[in-house]
This record gives sequence, structure tokens and C-alpha cells, in this order.
Amino acid sequence: MSGDQVNVVWLGSPTFPQAAHDALQDTQLRRNLKHATTTIRDKRLRAVAELDDWETLREAGSQIKDRVMRHLDEYLLQLEASVTAAGGVVHWAEDAREANRIVSELVRAKGATEVVKIKSMATQEIGLNEALEDDGIEATETDLAELIVQLNDDRPSHILVPAIHRNRSEIRDIFQREMGKHGIAAPDDLTDEPRVLAEAARVHLREKFLRAKVAISGANFACADTGTVGVVESEGNGRMCLTLPETLITVMGIEKVLPSFSDLEVFLQLLPRSSTAERMNPYTSLWTGVTPGDGPQEFHLVLLDNGRTKTLADTAGRSALHCIRCSACLNVCPVYERTGGRSYGSVYPGPIGAVLTPQLVGVGTSEHADSLPFASTLCGACYDACPVRIDIPEMLVHLRAKVVDAHRGGVPKPEALAMKGARVVFGSPRRLAWAERLGAIGGRVAGIGGGRWLPGPARKWTGARDVPVPARESFRAWWRKAGRR
Amino acid sequence: MSEAKGRILERVRSGLRDVPRDERAEDVEVTRAYVDSHAPGDPGAVVELFAERVADYRATVVRVAESGAPEEIARILTEHAVANLVVPPGFPDALVARYEGSRLSDEPPLTPAELDASDGVITLAAQGIAVTGTIVLDAGPGQGRRALSLVPDLHLCVVRAAQVAADVPIAIRSLVPTRPTTFISGPSATSDIELDRVEGVHGPRTLVVVLISE
Amino acid sequence: MRVALFITCYNDALFPDTGKAVTAVLERLGHTVEFPAAQTCCGQMHHNTGYRREADSLVGAFNDAFRGYDAIVTPSGSCGGHVRHHHRTETAPNVYEFSEFLVDVLNVTDVGAYFPHRVTYHPTCHSLRMLRVGDKPLQLLRAVEGIDLVELPEAESCCGFGGTFAMKNSETSVAMLQDKMGNVRKTGAQTLCASDNSCLMHIGGGLSRVKSGVRTLHLAEILAATR
Repeated sequence: MSGDQVNVVWLGSPTFPQAAHDALQDTQLRRNLKHATTTIRDKRLRAVAELDDWETLREAGSQIKDRVMRHLDEYLLQLEASVTAAGGVVHWAEDAREANRIVSELVRAKGATEVVKIKSMATQEIGLNEALEDDGIEATETDLAELIVQLNDDRPSHILVPAIHRNRSEIRDIFQREMGKHGIAAPDDLTDEPRVLAEAARVHLREKFLRAKVAISGANFACADTGTVGVVESEGNGRMCLTLPETLITVMGIEKVLPSFSDLEVFLQLLPRSSTAERMNPYTSLWTGVTPGDGPQEFHLVLLDNGRTKTLADTAGRSALHCIRCSACLNVCPVYERTGGRSYGSVYPGPIGAVLTPQLVGVGTSEHADSLPFASTLCGACYDACPVRIDIPEMLVHLRAKVVDAHRGGVPKPEALAMKGARVVFGSPRRLAWAERLGAIGGRVAGIGGGRWLPGPARKWTGARDVPVPARESFRAWWRKAGRR
Repeated sequence: MSEAKGRILERVRSGLRDVPRDERAEDVEVTRAYVDSHAPGDPGAVVELFAERVADYRATVVRVAESGAPEEIARILTEHAVANLVVPPGFPDALVARYEGSRLSDEPPLTPAELDASDGVITLAAQGIAVTGTIVLDAGPGQGRRALSLVPDLHLCVVRAAQVAADVPIAIRSLVPTRPTTFISGPSATSDIELDRVEGVHGPRTLVVVLISE
Repeated sequence: MRVALFITCYNDALFPDTGKAVTAVLERLGHTVEFPAAQTCCGQMHHNTGYRREADSLVGAFNDAFRGYDAIVTPSGSCGGHVRHHHRTETAPNVYEFSEFLVDVLNVTDVGAYFPHRVTYHPTCHSLRMLRVGDKPLQLLRAVEGIDLVELPEAESCCGFGGTFAMKNSETSVAMLQDKMGNVRKTGAQTLCASDNSCLMHIGGGLSRVKSGVRTLHLAEILAATR
């Protein structure tokens, strides 16, 4: 039985509006986010504008992903065969618990008590670090931002730049306070210059890289035809993990498979420009099984379901699995820009999180997850930015309907009553005309308009905005009176 | 078949009931209308673009003719105070003939600590990509295993003009998938702190590309 | 060409002047327009809030009300967008947002308007990213005599209305609203113009609360203004 969705969502997460309430009070966070999202937005537009066939590339990326999803069983079997033929070992994990068990057993079989890790959404999603810790294995995140988050016992707030909510002086404090507890301490004269902070991370992590026997990674893609797995990164920590240790364990969501090695010609153009907004990220590593005399001599690939097959089964939600984790949708999202990633209470924040999280954990299973599809104005900026054309607004609306349907029956909430009432009024033009007349009279009697305060749920509106004065005469009344057709 | 594998595949198949049973993967249309290259058609211009784009990442690009390469390479290594240089198996002796520092051979393989103690590494490349300013290594002769171009603090990479592919699609099509392949675009970098880009995190702090023209 | 007005339910009840302005502009350009009295609501609010059954039950009536017209013109980008994208009916493709209809169908940008004030324009999300009206509203505004049209900073970022989002996530909505209002005030404009009264109701409600002195006007109302 698979239903154990450990860690996709953070346990006990409040609903989005509740979490946003706290985030919105944090002026430092608001400033950090505004600065970061604005910077990367402009940069991405420039990177994308360089390619006059960008839309064609997006279309191809979307079609390739569509092909993969529609024939996922075949591609997974082909991938397993090609990885095995190249000297790798393939494991299948239905859920977080099983994946963690597989990884932990592999690490312990090597006699290792510490592992180095490349930033990976999949391992975060399953809570691998915590599971390893329970088994006496220390996992060190080697991506600078992940390290910042890990040292501070914090939660990431962005897919690409997990510490986007922290500024330089906060980071300096974290390094000075925590680094020494886990290895080489930060120097006493540490400043908050990004260059100096990066250097402290280099020194702190280098001894771990040189010593590590086992590394754990995620995967950006895996090619079914050749068994080639790829990791895209910037800092070189990925290369360190993929190259120096004797054993490499890669945990990959089943949706990351690509039909063919040649498809990289599409994704290696789409991904860097959409994520870091560069023509190409500094380092991309591709490896196929095991290469004698070069890099890890033992390679394990763990294929993870953890709710993905559930997502696959919903034809209207399926394309959420097309996501290549570039984070472009977060950077353009006006909601994310105000609330930050941690408000989403999930490993997957922002617009893609709002459609992926409820599907991975299941609609109707928690108030928190059910609040996510509503955390959007449906402005559509995410759809325009998505390199694989995931129609997030359309999917949000689809999931909203699933949430509403899951709560039908029983005692209807005020919103449901209002919606049903409105439906009755709109059921006939005569009823609507009556309602308009009543509204016009009632509104005037109540003195609505011109900046008054309304009681009840409407307070949410009038807390910051005046309400319009209901018109004395509706358009339809005017039209009829004017004797028009 | 493991139980998990059987159950996952079963769920995949039942989730895909909307897909007609006789539909084959290749029946799902993929329109490959994108271009092979965004670079100019002229080979000389492609090499120019490569040099410009590599430099854009704050890597150093030095252009030199074949005859002047050994001299130039020695000068660069001296300038960066490289006293012991990792030279991979199969690297052309002629190119490092003028270098006077000590050389570290990777036969038998250097330990990570020995690599860490070196000052730099010199390698050939499999190819360059002009539009993205990328160097591709595939562990071929003169390139060494992956760790060699990663751990030392300076990476001097020799690329010949004829090796420069115009753009990503062209480069991908000429790769050998079974080889461990690394795309390098400038020195390692991070933007994790306030999105302020810093070069030189874990990989070599300095990347010098010696571009040998015909 | 038979032209129908699709006024939308909230414009009908709350902003009748917009409908009157649309009527005035089209009649000034020599067209006869009709108001099919059977129209009520296209179901956008229900649909976007997840009440799909209720929304779907309104589609048939909409289609019946507008059957037989060559063009169905609406002063709302979001309702127009909703019908065009989600109603799978014979009438859906004939729905045009007001500025689209003027520029694409009637091939007019100068509608003979006169509006001697400083105006800034907020492109609403659905008109921009669902209907892709592009700069058509701006083309129309630029042709207005006497207008002082100033660019709105960060124009394309959402104002935070989002229909029921404004109630469900009111705090985030207001945070977005405040940024939008800040940008409006930076322009020094006396009038904020948009082609969706729902967004204008939200931004205007905020501008009115802080007594900014900036008024909001639908595009049609500016285009209807004459000497």
C-alpha cells in the first residue's frame, strides 16, 4: 500500500492564508524576495530573448514530456535495462519510506557513516536526510544555499535558490554560529561579502568531499535509450559528489526520464535559460552507468513514485509531471513574491507547488494542501514563463473544482451557499433584475459605498478597500427604459 | 521483478487508461522545428563567438596559433604561479614542452589529496560550443578522468578552432553517450547569496581557455 | 454585422456607465448594437472558484442568449477570456473584448474621443495573458485627443484582485494592491484606466480608501468622452 507521503508537505503546516499572514509581516523577507525575484525575472527575459525559436523549443519540450508520460511504463523499463547494461543497479521505491530504506541500506553496506549530497528535490521530498540521521548517517548538503538552510535547521523557500529568504548578514551569522559544529569552522574575521561567504563554504566542504566514500544525488534527466543520467549545477559541488566518492546513489522521480539522449538538445537549452537565466549553467555532468577508472565504481539509481502515479492518473493534472524544476514560475509569480516559499508548507513552493503538492498528497486529504490551489490570482504569468508550457492556471482551476467537489455534501460552508445562491439568481434574467433592484435599494439603505465598513466576511474586503456604490439603476434597467432593442 | 517495480508499473498502466492501447510512443508527435544553431553560418564567426561567450563568463580566453601555443601555455602557467601541474595521460607533450614546473602524472591515479595539493591542470577538450561558450570534456585522450579537471585550482583547457560546434544541438549529436561527459561554462559560480554572482566555489577558481586557431 | 453587447453581470449591477460607454462608442462609429436581455452571467466566478457544476449549468443559457450574432462585445477581459477559453459552444469564438473588437474587427484606433487628463493604464492579467490583447488598449488611448498618457511602472504585474482570491487570501491580495497603488501614484496620473472593472474595483477601492485623489475609469468610458 502506498500512501505514505512523508515530507512532500511539512507536517502540521497551516493553510496558505494563515502562513502568508506571518510571511507578510516580515519586512526583511519581503525586501529579500522583491530584490531576488526582480533580478532574476529581468535576467531570464534577456536570456530567453536571445533565442528566436524559444517558443518552438518550448513546444518541443512539452511534446517530449507528453510522449514520456503517455508511455511512462515502457520508458522506465527501457531505462532500467540500459542503466543495468552500463553497470548500474536500478531500484524501485513506491514511497518515501521505501526509498529511504533502500538508500540507507546501501550506505550502511559500504560501512559509511557520512555522505555528501547534491541538492535534490526528490531527496528533500522524501526527507532522506532525517531518515539517514535516524540510522546514524550524517548527510551533508553541499550546495551553498542548501548548506545555509541545513546549518540553520531552516526550511528552503525556493527550488533553485533555497535560501532566497536570507540576506548576506543573516548568512554570515549562521556560518559563524554553526559551521564549527559540523566540521571546519568559519574564520573569525568572516565578513558578509558573498565572495568571502562562498570561500568559507569551500573550505568547510572540501575536506568532506575529499573524504567521502558515498555521495547521493538527484537527477535532472535520465535518457531511456542510453541510460545516461544528468545533473545540472553551478558550483562544482555536484561534480565533486559525482566524481570523487566510490559509490553514487541517485534518487530520481519516475517522471524525469527522457526518451532519448538526443532530447538533451532541447532541455539543455530550455533549462539553463529558464532557471539561472544563463546561456548555460557552469557545470553539467552526464554519466552512463559505471566507467572503469573514472568516478564512482558503484552506481545505484532509485526510481521513486511517491504519489507520481496518482498525479499521472488525472489527465487534467498529469502535465504537472512535465516540470523540470527550473523555478521560472516562482520568480514571476506575484503571490510568491509577497509570501515567499515557506508559506506553501511544502518542498515544492510557488505555482508549480500549488498544483503538484495537492496531487502528490491527494486532494481532500488536508486543509493545508487543499488551500494551495486557491493561492493564486490566476494571473497567468507562470504559464508564459514555463519552459515546458505547463498550463498552471488551468490546472489550478481544475484542482479547485476537485477540492470543492471533495467537500460537497455535509453542511455547506458559507462560500458554497453564496455560490449556490448566486447560481440561482443568475438562473434567470428576471431574478437577476430583481436582485439588482434589491441591491441598489438595500445598498443605499445600509449606506454602502464611499468607504464604509461592512460586517461579516465582507470585512476582508473593506479592511483595505472601499466598496463601490451599487448603481441606482442597472444597465439592463437603463436599456429597457431607453426603449432600446 | 521486485514487488515495488510490479506495483509501480501497474499503477502507471492503470493511470494511463486514456491512452489508446495501440498507440506507440513515436505516435505522440514531437515537432522539432527548432533550429540547429543560433550562431552565424561562417566558421570564422563561430570561433569568434565562442571566444566572446567564454569570456562572458569571466573565464580567460587566449587565442594563439599552433606554433605559438607551447610558449603561450608556459607563460600562462608561470603567470598563475603553477609550480606543479597535473598532466593527463595522452596530453600532447609538445604543448607543455616549454613549461618548466614539475608535472604530476595520473598513472597510477593521483589520490584526491594529491590532486588537491596541485596548483593546476591542463587538458584538451572534446569540443567547444560557440553559442553558450561551453567546453565539453568526455574523458578522451589528453583530458584525463573527471576529477583531474575539477579538484586543482586552475584549469587550463586547450581547444582547437576546428573543435568548436556552433550550438547545443550540433554538439549533442556528436557526443558519445557512453562516455562520462562534462559541460563547463566558465568557472564554478554561485548566486545563492542575494543572487549576487560569485565565481569560484568548489571547482577551479580560474579557467583559462587556450584557443588554437588553424 | 449583428453586434451584441455582453455586459457581464457585475458591470450590469455595479458599473452600468461602462456598458453605456461601450454603447455610445459603437453607435458613434455607426454601428447598431443589441442587448440580448436573456443574458445573465457567463459563470467565470463559479468556474474559477471551483464550482464547475454551477458554472457549467450557466453555459447553455449564455449560448442561447447570444446565438445568431456575428460579434459579441464585452467590456471585460476576464469574462471574455473565460467564455472564449472555457465555453465549448458555437457562440464562444464570436466573443471579443472591447479593445480587440475596435482594433481587430472594426480596424479603428481613433474613435474621436477627447480626454484632457493625465492617464495611466493597467493591463489586466486576463486581457493580457488569456486574450492576448497586447497593446490594443494603448493604441486606442494614444489616439485620444488631449490625453497625457503616462507609463505605469511594473504595469504587467497583477494587482492582486483575482476574483475570490481577494477574499480568500485577502492579506496577500492587499499586499499586491499596495504595490500597484504605489506604482500608480508614482505616475502622477489623475486617472487609472483598465479594461476590467473587477480589477478597477479592487484598485479603486484601495485608492479611494487612502484618499489618493486618483479615480478609476474603464477604457470605454475614456473612449466615450468627447468635447
